[in-house]
Amino acid sequence: MIDLPVLAGFLAIPLALALLLAGWRMVSGPSFADRFVALDMLTGVAVGFAALTTIATGRGTFLDIALGISLINFVATAAFAVFLERKRRQK
Amino acid sequence: MTYLAAVLLVLGTAFLLIAAIGVVRLPDPLQRMHSSTKAGTLGATLLLLGVILASNVEELGSTSALTILFLLITLPIGAQLLARASYVSGAQLEGLEDDPLASELERSVSKPKELAEDP
Repeated sequence: MIDLPVLAGFLAIPLALALLLAGWRMVSGPSFADRFVALDMLTGVAVGFAALTTIATGRGTFLDIALGISLINFVATAAFAVFLERKRRQK
Repeated sequence: MTYLAAVLLVLGTAFLLIAAIGVVRLPDPLQRMHSSTKAGTLGATLLLLGVILASNVEELGSTSALTILFLLITLPIGAQLLARASYVSGAQLEGLEDDPLASELERSVSKPKELAEDP
């Protein structure tokens, strides 16, 4: 049998690498659109981290965090998109 | 059941890692969005499915299913909004010779970097 909590703990390492890569794109992205795409990616990684933590610790509360992060992400993406278009019109 | 859950967890992590590599390596915002929304959504969904299979409690399963449903509904809408905004705001796009959207949407012209930094 596989020990799922231990596996989840080890899988956090490649996921942390993904977090690092997306964070680098967010810092260095040449345009605003790149940063917002990186924010989308960071949300996916955060939901993945929450799922892994649920298995590693056995506490269901972390799934509620995943739901909350995905809810906030949608509102944030819509707001940033409107911000980008309005920024263009002001010029 | 445990083996299936382990396979789903490994696959989900692999997809998220591939999506992050794509976000760093691909050349323009729309292609990066292609990587982050498709592979990223698939990775997060696979991880949550793994949680459903690994847990025996029913409440965890319903919360995960709700999260998966919500991700699948909202991420395409968010990506569409963001793609339109990045086109309109004039991000540099690769391979855009004849632009079929040019007559439909007004697009701000993006300057090369040296010009943009000069006052």
